[in-house]
Amino acid sequence: MTTPTIQLWEVFIRSRNGLAHRHVGSLHATDATMALQAARDVYTRRGEGLSIWVVPSSAIVASDPADKDMMFEPAMSKIYRHPTFYEVPEEVGHM
Amino acid sequence: MVAPNISVTESPLMLYLLRRADDALILGHRLSEWCGHAPMLEEEMALANMGLDLIGQARELYSYAAAAENAGHDEDDLAYLRDERQYRNLLLVEQPNGDFARTMVRQLFYSAFADPFWRAMMASKDETLSAIAAKSEKESAYHLRHASEWVIRLGDGTAESKRRAQAAVDDLWAFTGELFHVDAADRGLIASGVAIDPEGLRAVFTSTVSGVLQAATLTKPSNDWMQKGGRAGHHSEHLGHLLSELQWMQRTYPGATW
Repeated sequence: MTTPTIQLWEVFIRSRNGLAHRHVGSLHATDATMALQAARDVYTRRGEGLSIWVVPSSAIVASDPADKDMMFEPAMSKIYRHPTFYEVPEEVGHM
Repeated sequence: MVAPNISVTESPLMLYLLRRADDALILGHRLSEWCGHAPMLEEEMALANMGLDLIGQARELYSYAAAAENAGHDEDDLAYLRDERQYRNLLLVEQPNGDFARTMVRQLFYSAFADPFWRAMMASKDETLSAIAAKSEKESAYHLRHASEWVIRLGDGTAESKRRAQAAVDDLWAFTGELFHVDAADRGLIASGVAIDPEGLRAVFTSTVSGVLQAATLTKPSNDWMQKGGRAGHHSEHLGHLLSELQWMQRTYPGATW
């Protein structure tokens, strides 16, 4: 008889002076409440953060590495998409 | 050469501090025994973290006790060089870990008292105790949360987890009465606002524990006879074995450092 495996969760932490949650790793937990507590115990021991997000790994949809060229190469050679060609007049000062 | 026992002068304040420090040290040590043996990696971290929190509390309380005693002892002397009968911890915290359910039930019972205790002690007239309480309260709030969630999941879990959790509640319930122990030494401190009357915490303790047990579909034993003796140094057979492990290094190599 197989025992059900405990769900895998991805953990994201926002640090004290950060603006965005960063991915820091994963852990196993039976449900969301225990996942948050486990993330606090495993990933915030050294004052890493102020805010935790946990997401079931099954909810994450990732791009296929094999599609890398198709997805990302075309953007590399389109410099007109970058906002670097406008000359800011002196009177405006620093934007 | 083996380091001999120190003898300690137990003023009311000293006794009060030693009781809380011994609680924290012994329970912290019990949790440290899970190192390498926890059911899953996440709990390995959680149990070790809780143990370290408690040992940190013990250090602060022992350091304050050593200063209050003013007899040339330090925190290490108090932790390592007293004998079993000089320890003043609750019987509850020296009970063996048993299985994970037993450890979580023991933690629930301890933290359901410790959390409101430290919160109330933040108003102590003693500044050092008040500062220790402010720090300890945040730690014990988490211990209570963690233990409660586990007891609920174990009780309202599989047939096996419920059996183990109920057995733990049945066996450990008789040790909860001692949490509210108060004696002549304490009354002076309570009157002067240094300590608090634990009776004032009974209502919140009972409601917290009842709420968790109910959600866990577990029952409280109907027998309300309570164990006692730890506060006076009369311990169960478990403490001697625990101390022989905890104190071995210091006793065998007195004054060793690294």
